[in-house]
Amino acid sequence: MEYLINIGILFCIYAMLALSLNMVVGLSGLISLAHAAFYGIGAYAVAILMTSHGFSFWSAMLVGVLLNGITAFLVGKILSKFKGDYYAIVSAGLSVIVFSVLLNFKTLTKGPLGIYGIGKPSILGFSFYSSGSFLMLALVFVALFYALFVLIDRSSFGRALKGLREDEELTVFLGYKTDKYKSVIFTLSAMMAGVAGSFFASYIAFIDPTSFQLAEGIFFFTMITVGGLSSAFGSIVGAAILLILPESLRFLGLPYETAAQLQQLIYGALLVLMMAFRPQGLFGKFRV
Amino acid sequence: MALKEILEKYKPLDKGLAKERMDVFQEGLDAVSTIHLTKSFMGIKAVNDLSISFPKGLVTGLIGPNGSGKSTLINLLTGLLVPDAGSIVMANRAYPFIKPYKLRKFKIARTFQDGRLVEQLSFEDNLLLGVAQNRIEKSFLEQSIKPYQKKLEGILVKTGLKDHRHKKAEDLSYGQRKLLEIGRALMQEADIYIFDEPFTGLSPKMVEEVLSIIDILRIEAKTVILIEHNMSLIEKLSDYVIVLDHGTLLASGAPKDVLKNKQVQEAYLGV
Repeated sequence: MEYLINIGILFCIYAMLALSLNMVVGLSGLISLAHAAFYGIGAYAVAILMTSHGFSFWSAMLVGVLLNGITAFLVGKILSKFKGDYYAIVSAGLSVIVFSVLLNFKTLTKGPLGIYGIGKPSILGFSFYSSGSFLMLALVFVALFYALFVLIDRSSFGRALKGLREDEELTVFLGYKTDKYKSVIFTLSAMMAGVAGSFFASYIAFIDPTSFQLAEGIFFFTMITVGGLSSAFGSIVGAAILLILPESLRFLGLPYETAAQLQQLIYGALLVLMMAFRPQGLFGKFRV
Repeated sequence: MALKEILEKYKPLDKGLAKERMDVFQEGLDAVSTIHLTKSFMGIKAVNDLSISFPKGLVTGLIGPNGSGKSTLINLLTGLLVPDAGSIVMANRAYPFIKPYKLRKFKIARTFQDGRLVEQLSFEDNLLLGVAQNRIEKSFLEQSIKPYQKKLEGILVKTGLKDHRHKKAEDLSYGQRKLLEIGRALMQEADIYIFDEPFTGLSPKMVEEVLSIIDILRIEAKTVILIEHNMSLIEKLSDYVIVLDHGTLLASGAPKDVLKNKQVQEAYLGV
């Protein structure tokens, strides 16, 4: 049971990441590979502030989310000048920079040694220490993110995002300042990734920079590509598939090294297959 | 029914209004004008020191042979291109260039020769995109299409495509796409409509739909700039004609006078 609850918590964290990334990639057509960076900033903000400065989980999370908001807003200003592949490359650059900082700014992040002893959230004296209660809390956030996605999807804001993802020039003609739209959705998405990072740090209780590499960003990208672009439900399905598939390898009795390699192979194959045969993903509403 | 037959039957509504509006135009009232507008591509002047005016409340046919600068001019007027020199006068103000997102504020709507739509959005969403809230903070709160429902239904009837409202743009036929673009422009309730070859690829029934749409715009005293190669259409629909050649003004005036002009016939009709 405990194992299933732990899988459930990881699913919630992935679902939050998938929902937030799908707002940028699916709704807006911006191929962002910067998500691992924002996930990392959120996680490290909680880790550093809770272990060294006595912050509560919530206040540390708020700092992380705001930090992500500021970073994404500034980076988004630069990113909004780029399109397509260039957007992907520049956003990947941010991931590499943040990873390097996490790895090398040892006085703050403790570098490759990582930070351990990260606490759990609590509300009005109730601690979410047990896995079950932590899962419930994470589910609440998944539901909130899901609702936010749906609200954006059906709003005029969402329609403008869908317009710019296919023909930005035309969307400008129709009266939209698309740079602003891109900047806002990118910032919002980064802040949401920060929440996911905070939950991850608190759940795992130990983090090091390896969880926030560019490869993680590609993994999140795979989740939404498989589940479905521009779809809240697809994001959830993608997160579940990408979690359950590698987990099922545990039961094949493969050596750890082999299983880890096989996992990468599965992610890669899934990405290629989906792009080739169903570019909109399983429940997607948008084809790249 | 062939286009020729449709045109023979077609009688523009209230073309008499044009005389009155033309008098006003001659007194200096125009919808949009250019002053010494110039745009070059690789040393070739596509629009060359062009100073012209489009009359307010009239249907103006913009014609000229291929490469005469019609599309470049329209792209300069709508901000798709930035002029090398000169200015564009809109709403009584001269601008060195037009910011395309301001077209909505200037109440200018345009269609494109190749029919530009958001392919993976529905017919309805494509129509709404031109009119829905564009202020970012308000656009998020706009969760319903109710404020636009009446207008939307009206356009669906006008374009005769009510049954296709939920279809994705990419699943529409060429003619339906052209009508959708015109519908999107109508949704914007603009003062100036720029239609780039709106009749190309339309079925006879659709041609009639567009003719009646232009009639309504004429009655509503909207300014229509019509780029069209079919001279019979230009003659029948336009109140005023502007002929470009090599990026300069070759002739302008009433269609019957302009189309008889020897220079125009030589340059454009090859007579």
